[in-house]
Amino acid sequence: MTGYTFAEKALGRAAGGLTVRAGEVVDVTPDLVFSHDNTAAIRRIFQDEIGATTIKHPERVAFTLDHAVPAPTTRHAQNHAEIREWVRQQNVAHFFEVGRGICHQVISEEGLILPGELIFGSDSHTTHFGWLGAFGMAVGRTEMAALWLTGQIWLQVPRALRIWLDGRPQPYTTAKDVALHILGRYGADGGQYRSVEFAGNAITHLSLSERAVLTNMMAEFGAMNAYMPPDDAVFDYLQPHQERDYTPLYPDADAVYDETHHIDISALTPQIARPHRPDNVVALDEVAGTPVQQAFIGTCTNGRYEDLCAAAEILRGQRARIRLIVIPASSHVLEQAARSGVLADLISAGATISTPGCGPCMGNHMGVPAPDEATISTGNRNFRGRMGTREADIYLSNPYVVAASAITGRITDPQEVL
Amino acid sequence: MTTTTHRAWVYGDNVNTDVIFPGKYTYTVREPEQIARHALEDLDADFASNVQSGDVIVAGRNWGCGSSREQAVTALKYCGVRVIIAQAFSGLYFRNCINQGIHPILCPPDFNKSIKTGDTVLIDYAKGVISANGETFNIPPLSPTVRHILSAGGLVAMLKARSG
Repeated sequence: MTGYTFAEKALGRAAGGLTVRAGEVVDVTPDLVFSHDNTAAIRRIFQDEIGATTIKHPERVAFTLDHAVPAPTTRHAQNHAEIREWVRQQNVAHFFEVGRGICHQVISEEGLILPGELIFGSDSHTTHFGWLGAFGMAVGRTEMAALWLTGQIWLQVPRALRIWLDGRPQPYTTAKDVALHILGRYGADGGQYRSVEFAGNAITHLSLSERAVLTNMMAEFGAMNAYMPPDDAVFDYLQPHQERDYTPLYPDADAVYDETHHIDISALTPQIARPHRPDNVVALDEVAGTPVQQAFIGTCTNGRYEDLCAAAEILRGQRARIRLIVIPASSHVLEQAARSGVLADLISAGATISTPGCGPCMGNHMGVPAPDEATISTGNRNFRGRMGTREADIYLSNPYVVAASAITGRITDPQEVL
Repeated sequence: MTTTTHRAWVYGDNVNTDVIFPGKYTYTVREPEQIARHALEDLDADFASNVQSGDVIVAGRNWGCGSSREQAVTALKYCGVRVIIAQAFSGLYFRNCINQGIHPILCPPDFNKSIKTGDTVLIDYAKGVISANGETFNIPPLSPTVRHILSAGGLVAMLKARSG
C-alpha cells in the first residue's frame, strides 16, 4: 500500500472524509467559491438559464470586482451594479468593492481559505491558493452556477506531478524566473491537468509572496491545482484572520507521482517569455536590448508588496524613459507601499499608479498598447491580443527586469542599471 | 446511414482561449450570437465569416489553454460547431465543453497534420469511428458522469431537469 498525494488527501476530505485515489470521480463540497466581474454573467446562467432562485450556501461565497475597475464604460458599470444587487439579494457573505484588489490576493489576505481546504474560482489562476496548502481549482461560469445551486461539483481526482526545488536564487532572480523556467523546459501542457505538488528544501527559503508566484503560474502549465507544503510562515500569516480551525495536509513520503522534476534554483538567471506564449522562454541575455515602449508591474502573479519593493530598489533615484504602469494587487499592498515610501520612490521615478486590480493584463480597459508596440510585463500571459491589441508584443519577466527595462526603454539586465 | 460528414477547420498546438475569444470583449459582448462573431478572431480571421453549422475543429495538443473563459466554447458552439477534435485539450476547456454540451474528442497524434482546412471528416457515432483522408481512429470512451451531462445537452440542461 503506497501513500497519498496532497490532491488525494484534500479531495478525500472534501468528498466527506473518503479515501480516494487518482482517477476516481467524486462529488466534492468546497469551503469557498468565488467569482469576480464575471459574477453577473454567472447570475444570468443561474437565474435565466437554469431557472434557479437561491444560492445554497451564501456564507461560502465571495465576489471581488477586479477585472475592469473602476468601471471604464457604462456597460462595465451596469455589470458591476448587477453584481452589487445580487450580493444584496442573496446575502453573499464576502463582497469586495472596486479598489480592494485582485480576487486571489484579497481572499488570501482575508484568510477566507485555509490549509487543507478546497476552493473553486471562476478564474484560471485559482491554482494560486496552493501557496497556503489549499486545493485551488478553476471552473467555468456554468460550473460556478452549479456550485451556487448545489454546493457541490464532480471532479476526477487528478494524478500528480512533483517539482522538487533546491538551492537559493541568485541576485535579481526570483520565483517568477523559476516559474518561467518550468514552463520553458516542460511546455505549456507539462502539467496535463494534474496536481502539481512542490517539494524540496528551497521552499522554506521562499517568501510567501514568491510561493504564490509559483502556484499562480502553474495555471500556465495546465495544472488542475498546485501545492506548496505549508509551514509556520503560512500559519503565522493566517493566524490574525482565520475564523475556523484547519488541518494542514501533506503528501505522504511514498505518495505516487507520475514524475518528479528537479530544479536547482541557484543555477537560474532571469528568464523572459517572448511573444506570444508563456512557455516561449529564454534567458534574459538572449533578448536583452529589444526595444519596449511600455512597462507594467502588477497582476495576481507579481503585484504584491515585495514586487513593488523589487521595482523600487532598481528605480530609486532613476527615471523611467518609457510608460511605466504600477498596479498594486490589493489595497493592502497599496497602503503598505504608501506607508513605507516605496510608492513615492516609484512615482519619483516616473511610474503612474492605478487602482488595485488586474489592470492591463487582459486588455479590458487600460494600458492598451498601440499596434507594433512592445510591453514588458510582470503578468502571466503574453498571448496574441492579450492586452487588447493583436499586433502588439508582450514579454513576461520578473519585477527587477521590468523596472530596469523601464529605465532604458529596452529589455535590460537589472545589474546594468545599478 | 449513421455516418455524418463535416467540414474541418484545422489548427496546431497550444491554441489559447485569448485567440479563440479575446479577453477585451469579456464584459461587453454578452449575447451568444454576438460572442460567436468574434470566434477565433485573433487566430483565423476567415473563420467567423465562413464557418457553417456542422463544421468541426481539428487541432493538436493543448487546445483551449489559458483563461477559463467559457465564451471560448460558446463562441464555437454558436457558430454551429458541435464537435472539437484535438490531440489533447486543456483540462478546463475540456470541462467547459462538456458543460455546454459540446463533445471534445481526443484523436491520435498528428491527426491534424493528415488533413487540412476544408477537408471532410466522417463521424460514425454508432460505430464510434472517425475518419478523414484515409486516417481512421476510434472515439475514446467518456466516463459515465461526463456521458450523463453530455447526453442531457450540457450542465444547464441537466440542472434544469433536476430542479424541474
